[in-house]
This record gives sequence, C-alpha cells and structure tokens, in this order.
Amino acid sequence: MSDPIDWVALSGRRAKGKRPEYFEDPALDRLYSTVFALAAEVSALRERQDTVERMLDEKGTISREDIETYQPDRAAGEERGLATRAYVSRIMRGFQQHVEAMEADDPPIMDIVEKLARE
Amino acid sequence: MASDLPPPYTALTRHPMMPRTNHDEAARFNFLTHFNRFLSGGVGAGNKLAYANEVLPAFRAEHGRDPEHRYEIRDAMNQNDWHRMWSALKRNSMEMRQHNGRQAVLRQLDELDAMAEQYIDSSGLLELDPSVEQPHYQTAVDIHCQPGGYHSEERSGDVTVGANYDVGLFATTGGALGGLNDGGGQAVVEWAKKERPDWQPKRILDIGCTVGHNAVPIAQAFPGAEVIAIDTAAASLRYGAARAAAMGVTNIKFVQASGEDLSRWADGTFDWVQTTMFLHELSSKAMPKLLAEANRVLTPGGLILHIEQPQYSDDMPLFEQFMRDWDAFNNNEPFWSAMHGRDLKDVMAGAGFPRESQFVAGVRAVADPEIFPPSPDDGEEDFGRAAIWNAYGAWKPAEQAAAA
Repeated sequence: MSDPIDWVALSGRRAKGKRPEYFEDPALDRLYSTVFALAAEVSALRERQDTVERMLDEKGTISREDIETYQPDRAAGEERGLATRAYVSRIMRGFQQHVEAMEADDPPIMDIVEKLARE
Repeated sequence: MASDLPPPYTALTRHPMMPRTNHDEAARFNFLTHFNRFLSGGVGAGNKLAYANEVLPAFRAEHGRDPEHRYEIRDAMNQNDWHRMWSALKRNSMEMRQHNGRQAVLRQLDELDAMAEQYIDSSGLLELDPSVEQPHYQTAVDIHCQPGGYHSEERSGDVTVGANYDVGLFATTGGALGGLNDGGGQAVVEWAKKERPDWQPKRILDIGCTVGHNAVPIAQAFPGAEVIAIDTAAASLRYGAARAAAMGVTNIKFVQASGEDLSRWADGTFDWVQTTMFLHELSSKAMPKLLAEANRVLTPGGLILHIEQPQYSDDMPLFEQFMRDWDAFNNNEPFWSAMHGRDLKDVMAGAGFPRESQFVAGVRAVADPEIFPPSPDDGEEDFGRAAIWNAYGAWKPAEQAAAA
C-alpha cells in the first residue's frame, strides 16, 4: 500500500472555515474543547469498565479481544445508555440548572437575607 | 422510562466497508449521542428562555420594536451568555465527532483503501471523471466541519472523507437514521410506494449522493431500475461505490458529475430525479441551474423530489428560523440560511416545474423502531437536524413541452 500515514496527527486536522469565537477570552474556548474531550474519555472508560464487569460476570475470564468486539444485547444496551444519560446529566448539571434558574428568576439572596432580618 | 434512549453505537449494521470501531471509539460515539440529545433537549430550551427573558426585552428597549429578521435575533443572541455557552458546547460536540471518526478511519486506512479498491474493481460501480471541477460552494469551507470536506484526499485515491461521514453520522443524528444511516432514503421509498404503488421507474438520478446512503435504498426498493448516483467529489464516490458493492447492490452506478451540468444525459433520460438533504449545499446561482438541468433530463410524467428541512416561511416564527439557522454559521453550512429563506416553489417554477405540478409532503426517517427510536418530536427537536423532513416535489407534466 502507500506510505504509512501519521493517523494521530492527521486525524486532528482542522476543518477549513473560520471558527466562531464563543467567548471573549480565547482560553475559555480552548478549555471547553479540553473539558468535553475529557468528559468523553471518562464516559468511554466507564463504559469499558462496565464491559469488563459484564463479561467477567458472564464468563469469569476475558481477553482484550473480547472487550474490543463486545456488543451489548438489547437489555445491556439500555442499561448502559441509561448510565451514560445519567453521567451526562451529572457533568452537565451546571448548565441544566442554569436553564432552571432562567425559568425561576430568583431574586438575589441578599434580598431574602435582608427580608428575613426584617420580617 | 428508558424507551427513548438512543441505541448503542454497536447496533449499527456493519456492512463490510464500514470502518471497524474498537471498544472506546464506539463508546465515544455513545457519549456524543447522549451529549447531543442533552444539548437539544432540556438545555436547548435555555435558548428560548434567554431570548424571551433577556434578549428580546433588551432588543425592544434599544430599538423600540421587535426583531424583523432572523439575523437581528442572531446578532442579539450572539451577545447572550447562555447562547454562547450552548453554541460552544454544540460546536465542540461536532468537532469531537469528526475527530473520533477520523481517528477510527485513519488508523485503518490501508485496509479500507485496499478493500474499497477490490470492491470497486470487481463491481464496476464507479465512474470517475477527473475533468469535473470542485464547485466553489463545496470548497469555500469544509462542510459540517468535516476536515477536508467531502472532496479532499489524505493521499491519492483514498476513502477517508466518505468513511468518516459514514462512521460518525450516527452520533450527529442520535441513531435516528437507522442501522445503515439510510433512514432518509428509506423515507423516500416509503413515500413513493405509498403515493404510486404500481409505479416502476426505470432510470433514477440521485444528485449530490455523497456516499450513496440515501440512493442505495432506492436501488434496493426498485431492483428493476438503474440508479445513477452523482457527486462532484471523487473521494466520497469511491467510498459510496465500495459500500454499495459490499452490500451486494448491483443496479446503481456512482458517477462523478456536477448537477449543474448533466449534458452527458439526453433530455428525458430519467423517470425520477432525487436530491436528499443536498440543495442546501449549493449556492444561489447553482441551485436554479441544477434544477433546470434536472427538469431537462426528467421525462414527462417523471418525478422530481427533494428532501430538506422545512423552508422558512412567514408562518415560521423568527426565533425558530434563527435556531434552524445555527448550522449555517456554526457548522459550516454556508448556503443553509439563504436556501431555507427561499420559496422553493418559486425556484422550482423558475426551473420549469409549473406550480400546479408541485407538492410538499412531510416525511420522517424510516428505521427499525425496535432498535432505533424515532427523532424526538417537536418539543425536543434538534433544530435543523431532526430526521423529520419536508419533501418538495413535482410530477413533470406530460404536456410541458407544448406549454413552454
């Protein structure tokens, strides 16, 4: 075949087209990229751990090949899907509660502190 | 409780050309699937709240009126903290999908290229034409933030971009396109069979086919027909032809050609001309040119059908238009906004399809509901990405030549 390629370097190539800047500080844009890539890695690790546990339950012993080719059946797929949903909701709690707060429109806590001091 | 969970990545059908994902690559796609659902679901609603509670009141205070165009909402929302955070999350999700897909594809590119070559050589399903130029609207930016777009090569004759598109589409759509990512094509087939149960088209043209995931189900559903699937991008066609051959499809040919110039086909060659999620990848001048060519090669009595997200009409609230426009500015879809702002019926009429011959129908992805739950309905719609589309079409009048 052709010359070997550096798949690690090539896979990270940027897409042509100016990337929007979402935040005033570019460091925050970079940080988002890192944090959520890490979040995906933790999720993948959790899933791998689940695979190992399920296969040990089932067979008592496993090989790397078993892990790489594991395909959850329907029930296991749903359990793992639910676990991933719960994981996403944990790491995204701040964003989700931000939305709830927009709906609630609470007054500043000092208003309540002062009110309770008064009434 | 868990019935609306997206299926695991491993539920995808592994046709022979599909890049093999290892455990963690599949798991990363699983994360992205859930992450995307999270962003379009509950927290997606934050955009509307931010607009109603903060952005709209501020706009009214400043201008003394409501926004009159989706771009005014966009300018204002782009200053809003919540919308910026949400957009950053969504953009990163797309970039991560591309990165994960490319790692999977590129680490096994030798095998994929070799396999593609074999399938192409033995099937004869591919016909490339190096004289076809890549149109500017395909090369101005890398569409969908896919590095290299749909046309570039990592090395001569490779299948990277096509393979990456196929391997990761699942994550973008949350599995809503079914096991072979072909829910769009299946939807077209279901519509056609219901509309005209006895219709047996003989020659079908699919314009802008990329990897043929929506053309193949048409070929499979009409085994007596010959399907010509065209695209300007050889890199996508190579993968598409190999994929179709690997799936055992023989009545399709992948041809490198531009929809703007169908001169190699005589007037009235095709019984059916199809585009699926493609018109928005064109440009203002290219779209009418392509539609006029489609009209020319379509036989009187034949069908033209376009699957797209709904056009923006005066009935569609400006805020919804703005949300549906997100991909145009954040996911490298530069014609998306202008295209959806058009009245497609006018454009079609200008290309020679009389208004009375036109129709609009709603279709949604057809996938095995046992494994692939449908796209979330309106309340949680992932604006512009849900597998729920409009079909804009026309049956070309038999007497059109006389009328024109």
